[in-house]
Amino acid sequence: MFLILDAQWLAPGIRRLIVQAPHVLRHHQPGHFVIVRVAPESERIPLTVADTDHDKQTITLIVQVVGATTEQLCNLETGQSVLDVAGPLGKPTEIKKFGHVVLVGGGVGTAVILPQAKALKNLGNRVSAVIGGRSKDYVILEQDLSQHCDAVYPCTDDGSYGYHGFVTGQLNELIADKAQPVDAVIAAGPVPMMKAVAEVTRPHGIHTIVSLNPIMVDGTGMCGGCRVMVGDKMLFACVDGPEFDAHQVDFDELRDRLTAYRTQEKRAWDHKPSGHVCKCKVAEVPS
Amino acid sequence: MTLKASERMKIPRQHMPEQDPGQRATNFGEVNFGLACEAARTEADRCLGCKGAKCIGGCPVGVDIPGFLGALSEGNLDKAADILFDANVLPGITGRVCPQETQCEALCIRTGKSEPVAVGYLERFVADWAREHRTTKVQHPPATGKRVAVVGSGPAGLTCAGELAKKGHQVTIYEALHKPGGVLVYGIPEFRLPKKIVDSEVEKLKQLGVRIECNIIIGQTYTISDLLNEQGFDAVFIANGAGLPVFLGIPGENLKGVYSANEYLTRVNLMGAYRFPESPTPVIDAPQVVVVGGGNTAMDAVRTARRLGASPATLIYRRSRQEMPARVEEVKHAEEEGVTYHFLVNPVEILGTDDGWVRAVRCQNRELGEPDDSGRRRPIAVPGSEFEVPCQVFIEAIGTRANPLLTQTTPELKVNKWGYIEVDDKNMTSVPGVFAGGDIVRGAATVILAMGDGKKTAAAMHDYLLNQD
Ligand SMILES: Cc1cc2nc3c(=O)[nH]c(=O)nc-3n(C[C@H](O)[C@H](O)[C@H](O)COP(=O)(O)OP(=O)(O)OC[C@H]3O[C@@H](n4cnc5c(N)ncnc54)[C@H](O)[C@@H]3O)c2cc1C
Ligand SMILES: Cc1cc2nc3c(=O)[nH]c(=O)nc-3n(C[C@H](O)[C@H](O)[C@H](O)COP(=O)(O)OP(=O)(O)OC[C@H]3O[C@@H](n4cnc5c(N)ncnc54)[C@H](O)[C@@H]3O)c2cc1C
Ligand code: SF4
Ligand code: SF4
Ligand code: FES
Repeated sequence: MFLILDAQWLAPGIRRLIVQAPHVLRHHQPGHFVIVRVAPESERIPLTVADTDHDKQTITLIVQVVGATTEQLCNLETGQSVLDVAGPLGKPTEIKKFGHVVLVGGGVGTAVILPQAKALKNLGNRVSAVIGGRSKDYVILEQDLSQHCDAVYPCTDDGSYGYHGFVTGQLNELIADKAQPVDAVIAAGPVPMMKAVAEVTRPHGIHTIVSLNPIMVDGTGMCGGCRVMVGDKMLFACVDGPEFDAHQVDFDELRDRLTAYRTQEKRAWDHKPSGHVCKCKVAEVPS
Repeated sequence: MTLKASERMKIPRQHMPEQDPGQRATNFGEVNFGLACEAARTEADRCLGCKGAKCIGGCPVGVDIPGFLGALSEGNLDKAADILFDANVLPGITGRVCPQETQCEALCIRTGKSEPVAVGYLERFVADWAREHRTTKVQHPPATGKRVAVVGSGPAGLTCAGELAKKGHQVTIYEALHKPGGVLVYGIPEFRLPKKIVDSEVEKLKQLGVRIECNIIIGQTYTISDLLNEQGFDAVFIANGAGLPVFLGIPGENLKGVYSANEYLTRVNLMGAYRFPESPTPVIDAPQVVVVGGGNTAMDAVRTARRLGASPATLIYRRSRQEMPARVEEVKHAEEEGVTYHFLVNPVEILGTDDGWVRAVRCQNRELGEPDDSGRRRPIAVPGSEFEVPCQVFIEAIGTRANPLLTQTTPELKVNKWGYIEVDDKNMTSVPGVFAGGDIVRGAATVILAMGDGKKTAAAMHDYLLNQD
């Protein structure tokens, strides 16, 4: 059992859990994820390690409610526990001296770029972060990123905060700024966003990495369910990734494969223990 | 009363009582019920107790077959169990899953003249009896003060851990998944090997003082060097199996509804997808399923699909029935359950609907040519023979490879060109104190060979540990 030391809503349906998991810390590097099981009958779900605290021996998970399991996890409170935390898994992010790196985070994908921002900054990179959300309430981790980035550019689809428009619009502006040429881009978020980022950087030949989120089961290379096409190669995101060269990834196929369980996910969502109320919908979100 | 050989020869092989095929094709209960006591003793009476018994040579761990069958025939079950356990620590498992027809039973002197003695059935009988009637006398040998880490909890890891614990070493098993057992729990389905049997073996190990830590991935959570240098282990046994699935490399493999057998079986067995949505991990429901492959994994996948309601559930295999590596009993059971076979056929393309779901597999006939390296006749494509088999789920069970997760963080560990770990005749790897066995050394093999490796390596590790300082 892994104790939750703190649980907070960051945005509607997005929760931050600080979980005691000393075993994950010793080899943790940015880009790693863990496989979590909430309770004995739960699914195994992959979640990025968004932050670590070696003093408190904790990892931070930032979880968006999208289905039955993420909801079950987000309903947990400070002082409760999750059953299993296995990891760290996956290959770490390519962290080196690029020059100017732009990190792009969409929605809960912003959780992925936080540890990368820290590590890239420590190596002396100039680090900019472009973070997007539907509206002001959905832009997360701005404060945390500001501590490690040279500049943070929030974007909202509805213009309620920061740049009015998609993250790609802001990214285009940064690329156009010849005073600070962009040497590398790392993006994490919804598949259409990552695909759009890849198309923005491709004509400029900017080295671009994306963090893919295919459906996983074991997370150890045993099932092949997380396979993605990168160039003409079939790779397993859990052991070969989850980060890949954005210009090589077949995003359309990934997006389609993510819908494989749509009807069942709905059934799982409807199959709730009686009397259960989803708290994410009524949660108070700190502004 | 002792029987004469001629009397023994007259007794016919006893039949294994089993669930009705029509019924079992709709549930996950065990197919074979096990012999009743009377029948088991009658079957044991069929053994001639041969001097220099040939059957023993067919068993990879050299079970004293006439010995335990003699005791069983006399009705001395305790003695039969002692003899059996002496060579084989997991008889309840091997009695159910060993390919007896190519091992012990193949060499039984009665084969040919009549039918071989049903060594597997009797092994299962004695093991099940022991599990239900004997309370394991847990002896705690004097502690040696030595600590051993075992990586992986499949048959190789479980066996090695048990043997070392019995010698007084303190053993910790690290398992990547959330449940111990390896292929025995995530691969082999309940209807062939009830999980309670694996659980009871794991329980026995715990009573012996073995610690089992699940959700720890060696190579990621701890490296081999962490185990030796920081965690204070004196030796390590690597038994992480060969679980990386191979795909055919044909068009359409990323359509929705294409699975590796490992994924399909893991979803259903380990994650309980057959109880969805009570168990929240889903598997795609399909009225028609095609599985490609000819081994035990393919059989398990197609029979699982059948139980989840597929009709037809079809198995396609590129060679003929005689060449199938699967256990004969499974091939027969599957057929009785209504599985359809297409032999001498290979898939060439998976066809999809406009919205990305599998709708059929395009196949091509094969004919058998000259024998290949494996001694089996090589299947050769017959151009122009293509045809389509409709299906909504297509499962590939064409083999697995070494998983590089552990070896890539341990570069000093010598591996061969396929990624399998190289060992010496004591099963020691290129790193002193680090041993390996089971599928990660042999490539995908069998439960009994993995178990045999675990046992042999435990003996070598014991010597190593005592001679250490
Ligand atoms: C490497 C990696 C890191 C991730 N990091 C985070 C993170 O930090 N925060 C976060 O909120 N989410 C993260 N995800 C996504 C998260 O795992 C899924 O949202 C979660 O599994 C959905 O489970 P569910 O039962 O709540 O939803 P479901 O109702 O099962 O599914 C909802 C959606 O999630 C996808 N999904 C379903 N099951 C899985 C699965 N086992 N693995 C991956 N996706 C699945 C489906 O495509 C579906 O569109 C990550 C995914 C990967 C692969
Ligand atoms: C579906 C199926 C059916 C089969 N049927 C039969 C049969 O009927 N008869 C027969 O004799 N054989 C059968 N086999 C083959 C047999 O199961 C294997 O040969 C045997 O299980 C190998 O044992 P092992 O201990 O080497 O590895 P495994 O059983 O593969 O166990 C390895 C364990 O190590 C864990 N692991 C992997 N990497 C790590 C890591 N880095 N850190 C920690 N843990 C790790 C895995 O999760 C797994 O639990 C079958 C195989 C399959 C897949
Ligand atoms: S372990 Fe397997 S091969 Fe050996 S006697 Fe038992 S069933 Fe036969
Ligand atoms: S060869 Fe057959 S008959 Fe002879 S001892 Fe072995 S099992 Fe018995
Ligand atoms: S999740 Fe099973 S291989 Fe990647």
